[in-house]
Amino acid sequence: MNKSEKSGSRALLTKGILIQALKDSFIKLAPGVLIRNPVMFIVAIGAFLTTIVVTGDIIRREYSSFNLQIALWLWFTVLFANFAEAVAEGRGKAQADSLRKNRTQTRARRLRGKNEESVWATDLKAGDIVVCEAGDMIPSDGDVIEGIASVDESAVTGESAPVIRESGGDRSAVTGGTRVISDRIVVKVTSDPGNTFLDRMIALVEGAKRQKTPNEIALIVLLSGLTIIFLLVVAAMPAYFGYSLRSSGLPPSDNLSLPVLVSLLVCLIPTTIGGLLSAIGISGMDRLLRKNVIATSGKAIEAAGDTDVLLLDKTGTITLGNRMATGFIPADGIAKEYLADAAQLSSIADETPEGRSIVILAKEQFNLRGREMLDTVFIPFTAQTRMSGIDIKKQGAPVQSIRKGSADAIKGFVQKQNGFMPRKVEEAVAEIARQGATPLVVAENDKVLGIIHLKDVVKGGIRLRFAQLRKMGIRTIMITGDNHLTAAAIAAEAGVDDFLAEAKPEDKLSRIRKEQADGHLVGMIGDGTNDAPALAQADVGLAMNTGTQAAREAGNMVDLDSNPTKLIEVVETGKQLLMTRGALTTFSIANDVAKYFAIIPAIAAPLYVTSAGIAPLGALNIMKLASPQSAILSAVIFNALIIIALIPLAIRGVRYRPLSASRVLALNLVKYGMGGIIVPFIGIKLIDLIITGLGLT
Amino acid sequence: MKAADYVEIIVFFFLLISLSPLLGNLMAGIFMDGKHFLKPVLGWLERLVYKVAGVDEKREMDWKTYAKSLLALNIAGIIMLMLLQMLQAHLPLNPERLPGVSWHLAFNTAVSFVTNTNWQAYGGENTLSYLVQMLGITVQNFVSAATGISVALAMFRGLTRRQEKTIGNFWADMTRSVVYVLLPLSIIFSIVLVSEGSVQTFSHYARATTLEGHEQVIALGPAASQIAIKQLGTNGGGFFNANSAHPFENPTPFTNFLELLAIVLISSGLVFTYGHFINSRRQAWAIYISMLILLFAGLAISLHSELGPNHALNAMTNMEGKEMRLGPVNSVIWSVMTTATSSGSVNSMHDSLSPLAGLVAMFNMMLGEIIFGGVGSGLYGMIIFVLLTVFIAGLMVGRTPEYLGKKVEAFEVRMAIIAVLAPSIVIKVFSAIACSTAAGLSGLNNAGPHGLSEILYAFSSAAGNNGSAFAGLNANTVFYNLMTGFGMLTGRFGIIVPVLAIAGSMAGKKITPVSPGTFRTDNWIFIALLLGIILIVGGLTFFPPLALGPVVEHYLMNLGVTF
Repeated sequence: MNKSEKSGSRALLTKGILIQALKDSFIKLAPGVLIRNPVMFIVAIGAFLTTIVVTGDIIRREYSSFNLQIALWLWFTVLFANFAEAVAEGRGKAQADSLRKNRTQTRARRLRGKNEESVWATDLKAGDIVVCEAGDMIPSDGDVIEGIASVDESAVTGESAPVIRESGGDRSAVTGGTRVISDRIVVKVTSDPGNTFLDRMIALVEGAKRQKTPNEIALIVLLSGLTIIFLLVVAAMPAYFGYSLRSSGLPPSDNLSLPVLVSLLVCLIPTTIGGLLSAIGISGMDRLLRKNVIATSGKAIEAAGDTDVLLLDKTGTITLGNRMATGFIPADGIAKEYLADAAQLSSIADETPEGRSIVILAKEQFNLRGREMLDTVFIPFTAQTRMSGIDIKKQGAPVQSIRKGSADAIKGFVQKQNGFMPRKVEEAVAEIARQGATPLVVAENDKVLGIIHLKDVVKGGIRLRFAQLRKMGIRTIMITGDNHLTAAAIAAEAGVDDFLAEAKPEDKLSRIRKEQADGHLVGMIGDGTNDAPALAQADVGLAMNTGTQAAREAGNMVDLDSNPTKLIEVVETGKQLLMTRGALTTFSIANDVAKYFAIIPAIAAPLYVTSAGIAPLGALNIMKLASPQSAILSAVIFNALIIIALIPLAIRGVRYRPLSASRVLALNLVKYGMGGIIVPFIGIKLIDLIITGLGLT
Repeated sequence: MKAADYVEIIVFFFLLISLSPLLGNLMAGIFMDGKHFLKPVLGWLERLVYKVAGVDEKREMDWKTYAKSLLALNIAGIIMLMLLQMLQAHLPLNPERLPGVSWHLAFNTAVSFVTNTNWQAYGGENTLSYLVQMLGITVQNFVSAATGISVALAMFRGLTRRQEKTIGNFWADMTRSVVYVLLPLSIIFSIVLVSEGSVQTFSHYARATTLEGHEQVIALGPAASQIAIKQLGTNGGGFFNANSAHPFENPTPFTNFLELLAIVLISSGLVFTYGHFINSRRQAWAIYISMLILLFAGLAISLHSELGPNHALNAMTNMEGKEMRLGPVNSVIWSVMTTATSSGSVNSMHDSLSPLAGLVAMFNMMLGEIIFGGVGSGLYGMIIFVLLTVFIAGLMVGRTPEYLGKKVEAFEVRMAIIAVLAPSIVIKVFSAIACSTAAGLSGLNNAGPHGLSEILYAFSSAAGNNGSAFAGLNANTVFYNLMTGFGMLTGRFGIIVPVLAIAGSMAGKKITPVSPGTFRTDNWIFIALLLGIILIVGGLTFFPPLALGPVVEHYLMNLGVTF
């Protein structure tokens, strides 16, 4: 998590992204691109028409600085919106480029019967069988059907430690673009060319295939509707104005000019949210990616925000993924301290949480410390031996060989050296297992020293996290294979709302169905093939990257870190995305109040002027803007600058707080609703002061 | 304002606020489970209607069937009413031998009464025969009111049903609305009106000789029965031209008080019926309070502007266009109530209201008649704004928007926007056409900003299905008859059809249970939000024309400039 947080707070912009985004802002002026965003398209048309007016002015030598400035700021408005989108995309593109490096053309060794042939990786189809040996790049996504190997997946996950991939079981999926480090595996390709995990990832990150999400579409409908309403207002204005001119005894030629009408329109239509909407969507996807989660669609992120029931696996999410040492139980005739010392020695090089917990426990209980050892060989844990430990040598000859591991493995180890497993130890092992904990047996050479008691430890802070989720209206359900008693104890300790004990995959599925029938939206995590149906059924199915290909296909998100706690972060990211959209929409709509008060008195200035020279609607000029022209120009400039000002917010998202909906709403409402009303009054006034001071009007 | 005025206002709102839940409960019984005390008394009539019409009241309809039935009935109503008017010279019950009505006026009037607008481009007593008044006008007063209630009921069902396709039976909703709600209330109310001095007769107009020796014709007719439903059904079309300023329509201060209450009674009761449907009194109160706040705000501005010293009148209270019998306060309350609801009946001449009071009246209509509004239509219009509010602000809690547990998605937003857009198009486009064409301007009696106000008022009234008028506009021309006619149709069915579509789509959705993560729509924050959205999305879009009409007129008046 720390890693992802660190990368999440990476600088908002790099120079490269900025330059590219500037270029893209202009490229995106193409009408075909602009029309995807109805609000900005209208602004662009307005800018275009105003430009024609300005050109006409110049040709007729009636140059108007006002019209020119309006035209420029209207173009800026469009460019700023394009820039917002380009920046958001740029951040994703940078990521995509680093991914693409791994997809350079590779040769694959395809099996035809018994024969091997060399083909281009891109020619592989689903169903082909390929062989990969140490050093080979895995050519495409697939399932290991033979062998076991360690694979470097850093290209995809960013995690440098290699992972084990083996046939059968839940760790059989391999990803194209990753590299085999040791051994040999036979892989059955599961994706057609162009449709591999990496391909899809690149496409998603780049935003090339970005589809608008349901809520985004609905919002665009709303914004377009509002735009039409304001278009009507503005279209009707010349008629009302013409009538008023006549009543004021003024000639019809004094009617509102096109640049003024366009200014009014652009200020009233929701350009702020219209310009930032796609940037918000893209950066939501991007924020998720920075947490090392890949969503197969933006829809899934929205669904994550809506989720109100989370199915969480006990192991890894609620309890520490690996069990923690909580006690040493020596065999008869062995001092407890000696056992602890041996256990610590065997774990010094063991970087797993279990190993570290043993080192720490020994230090706490007996003040034993890890020490520098000369002439030692660490024996790492392997799937075959199911033991780890240390060999201590003197003058090259092993004198001390300490192992820890499962009871069966250690029994084999000591028996090979003509040792034996004491009955009492075997009984203690059985007892610990019955309690739902894990016994690790420690042996030195042929002698069994005792047992390390490993227990499920509920993660620190998880209780608080669940309490926050509850406050947000999200129920948590713990899924575990443990028996009912053990499950209940852990559930109570962790503070989950409900649990499902002795859960089989089909139990998960039926629970999800039941919750959905009650109207809930369910999020879950899974990795195994038998999780696939439940992952597919859930509204948010987060598959672990270490899981099977079936699970990864079934879910709508993949967690590259394979960290089960991630689901909670995914929900938070979804909520943040929706909040950002809502906050900026509210802000944008609230802005209109001030703009009316800037523009209406300005355009009505010549109407019904009394013999004393008083313009009656001047009373509405509560900002006391200097002149009608400066008022209109200030409103247009504010309208353009606010887009730029809000880009960081759109990309970072509004501040997320785990509070109840009512509290969140109240906070956001004060900030973006009230702020949306007040800020433009201040902003427009300031701009008016500046442009008047500069003599621009 | 005198102490008695304050007492009247307080008593009025006390009665309204206590009667609304009672009537709401009764209507919930009528429309939800059919168990209510009127069933044994009037059940035979309901069954008779079904039998005669051949309706199977238990057959549920999807929204399209519901909408088709509704449109069929209303189109038939328009045709019937047009024919009645154009052929009245050849039909009975026409003691004054009034000639047939022109085609365009007949169209305008037919549309007007079918759409519950009751805009009257004619004077009742010198245009329509008793037969047309009774068989045409009064019947449509009932039908149009019942149509509004039915659409609201369909919306209620849509919002409460889980994954179903249907939203009720239109014919059953219509029949029950008329038999159990509109008829009983109208009968009781018309008897009270007659006892207070309203006329109810088939005889010829009375002829009297005045003190100066001139002969005066005093129009009579079966008025009381029509006035009852005119008020109760938020119709507002007067039997006489002077509407509720006429002593035969509104004889005493007591009838004035009752008629005022009748305008808003059913609309406000329906809010609580809705509360029963959705099983949440709090939700109903939130909507009710939002409506009350808008009503009070309008009332306060109007009273302040009307009763305060008027600079154009040397600081006297403006009494022009007001009925001396009723006084300025009653006139102002009525002007606010009749425009807040879509009644449109008047007891003073709105054209003579001070600019700001006129602005309030106009603004009430421009908001889409949602401050209690028309029977049924006010509430479903308000629900449209509730949906928009939920959609815009609901996102801020970090969930896709939902109302009553149902997701508000693109389809609903599209329909809601159409419902907001339909009347808005009429007001903006039609009034722009009117104030820039000779045909539109020829109807004006006033110059200056007030002329623009008159045009704006006319189309706001048509689009909002209100029906009241700034009397200064001569609206019986081909131009205005057609323009307001189409305006009324758009303002009515341009909302009803999308509302039914929303009902149909919502009925098919799941209901997410309430949790602390739910966007609440029953608390003060929501009320504030709803009001904000109504004022900004519904109201502010009319700021430019309003600024050039009543607002500038107000400032000019304060500067002592009149036209």
